[in-house]
Amino acid sequence: MLLSVDHVTRYRYDTPARSVVQSHRLTPSRFDGQRLLDWEVSVSGGLAGGAFRDGAGDWVQGWSVPGPVSEISVTVRGRLETTDLSGVLRGHREAVPPECYLRSTTPTQADQALADLAAQCVTASGGLETAHRLSAAVADAIVYRPGTTHAHTTAAESLAGGEGVCQDHAHAVLAMARHLGMPARYVSGYLHASEDGTLHEAAHAWAEVWVAGLGWVGFDPANRCCPDERYIRLGSGLDAQDAAPIRGIARGPGVESMDVTVAVQSVQQ
Amino acid sequence: MTSCFNEMYLQGAVRPPYARLEGWTRAMPAELRQMKQAEAEALFRRIGITFAVYGEGGDPDRLIPFDMFPRVFSHAEWTRLERGIKQRAQALNAFLVDVYGRGEIVRAGRIPARLVYQNAAYEKSVVGFVPPKGVYSHIVGVDLVRTGPDEFFVLEDNCRTPSGVSYMLENREIMMRMFPDLFRENRILPIDSYSERLRRTLASVAPAKCDREPTVVILTPGHFNSAYYEHSFLADLMGVELVEGQDLFVEGEYVYMRTTEGPRRVDVIYRRLDDAYLDPLCFRPDSMLGVAGLMDVYRSGGVSICSAPGAGVADDKAVYTYVPEMIRFYLGEEPILNNVPTWQCGRDDECRYVLEHLAELVVKEVHGSGGYGMLVGPKSSAAEVEMFRARIKANPGNYIAQPTLALSTTPTFVADGIAPRHVDLRPYCLVGESIDLVPGGLTRVALTDGSLVVNSSQGGGVKDTWVLAE
Repeated sequence: MLLSVDHVTRYRYDTPARSVVQSHRLTPSRFDGQRLLDWEVSVSGGLAGGAFRDGAGDWVQGWSVPGPVSEISVTVRGRLETTDLSGVLRGHREAVPPECYLRSTTPTQADQALADLAAQCVTASGGLETAHRLSAAVADAIVYRPGTTHAHTTAAESLAGGEGVCQDHAHAVLAMARHLGMPARYVSGYLHASEDGTLHEAAHAWAEVWVAGLGWVGFDPANRCCPDERYIRLGSGLDAQDAAPIRGIARGPGVESMDVTVAVQSVQQ
Repeated sequence: MTSCFNEMYLQGAVRPPYARLEGWTRAMPAELRQMKQAEAEALFRRIGITFAVYGEGGDPDRLIPFDMFPRVFSHAEWTRLERGIKQRAQALNAFLVDVYGRGEIVRAGRIPARLVYQNAAYEKSVVGFVPPKGVYSHIVGVDLVRTGPDEFFVLEDNCRTPSGVSYMLENREIMMRMFPDLFRENRILPIDSYSERLRRTLASVAPAKCDREPTVVILTPGHFNSAYYEHSFLADLMGVELVEGQDLFVEGEYVYMRTTEGPRRVDVIYRRLDDAYLDPLCFRPDSMLGVAGLMDVYRSGGVSICSAPGAGVADDKAVYTYVPEMIRFYLGEEPILNNVPTWQCGRDDECRYVLEHLAELVVKEVHGSGGYGMLVGPKSSAAEVEMFRARIKANPGNYIAQPTLALSTTPTFVADGIAPRHVDLRPYCLVGESIDLVPGGLTRVALTDGSLVVNSSQGGGVKDTWVLAE
């Protein structure tokens, strides 16, 4: 599928910031399911900093914006060709050992309820089937409902509340998989969700679970599927914060406000 | 403890390195000694060297007690220690480059993957990165204890930011000022080149993008940090700037320091700040002590950070057990210095042994430091032992245990004369383009009779440490 992305994030500071520094993971991963045609990230008034591919295979690019800064926009525009690999991250070069993704973080700590739910998913038919069951169990237990959780909601809290968004779904899968000793990580990216006409969660997140023999396999409880050609993978981490496509800090006393527009469209060849 | 090895006396005779000290003490009556001790204290006060004690309240600028009786090594003793320390520093760095690279030692089954990759100190964000000259730990503090004339053991390694070197330098300075005669009578190898050697080591690991004489800075968490004195002391001696996070900023591909003459590019940061606080964009987002964007500059070769982020995985107390294995694996040599036999409570059979012999053992937390969270079995009450038993059972992987070693003693001035007190030794090995070690280190002494805990945070003192010329 040929997809185009148009993603603009605008930051405004009510008192001009002395400077802004950001670290981006905004370039699609290189693997057999994604082929980049053209891609450009720009920051208004920004100086491109150091760039490198990190051990997890993500392209990281630093930016700085010398002050005073009242407003900046981060613009991502590009096109890529995607292929459905049934969620398998084939051909992705990375150096971080899967065991690193067994470590739990604050939002991915398994409480008793998550541990119990995870235990119910264990099956003798192997890791892949267990992972599918984890994803399905999360989809059943946490109803997709925007506005019910916030950026710092933990997996345990969203499970207890029974509602959440893709971030909560992914955190819950990570907590449960790691509890069972399966390495799992958070993936941030985009989703082309045209089928039902809605564009909700075009900036999307899902989970990857390490399955022996297959490697990393993606699971998206929010849409009850494995990532296919509608998904664009940007980067991964131990949780949402660790995998954030944009991390930044503004120096100054001002209050920051942000608005985001994302459009992921299928392009006719 | 009469069975302990006294470094000055062997079977009633004075051991050769201490030969000239016997006369020195005999010629020093109690009044003179007290006067000298007061003088030493005044000198320490004047230069301002203090060491805040965590968790004890009271005066944060408490003086660390200084004992005037030096601790002495012969040249031959030191030569062996030096080889052993350098060997260890080399192996630890080879390990770090390996586990952030291909992980050969794990693949070869010589160390469990879990201990390395699930370690809290293993830093995923630097995987695949080889720092300049392949060095992660630029200052390796190897804590050594002695139990006999030829028996030395490594108690632990400090690969991040070992502190205390300012005491090593100041102890010598003060001894030379107070007892110049001693330094004429004994041929003692100098250590005052340490700061220049440290500066050279740091400059030797300037990043690839640095095309000029590198600018080195020391990054401190600030004046409330217990080792702040040492940070400013070392900056002074090396002639480099002492900066806090707010003095540095990232612009484009580099890190700059604010100066009165405008921004100045920084090439090497000797940080005395934990990984977690270095960069809010990469580690703790609430850190006010670090520099936003620093890790992106570091990873893209714009600045060097000493010690390199992630170095802590090599000095974890559970990983420590495997250092002899690292020496064999990377260097193809046998370890010159031995480890203290260590039981991992994370292993069922070893944990059982530990729980059965708790009252005889020393138990430590895997990530503990400074003598906190530690049980010295033979010196503890039954209630304390039971408290530790419960803690170990609740989280066995968090503890290791070692036999209670009969640490050597050296003569020490005490209230009513001279008495043996237990000591350890921390030399500071510098690793850059080459491996370098000044002859000596910091001797810490447990001032309380019979105590085995030498940590300055637990009321230990320090001594000047001599290495005699050949």
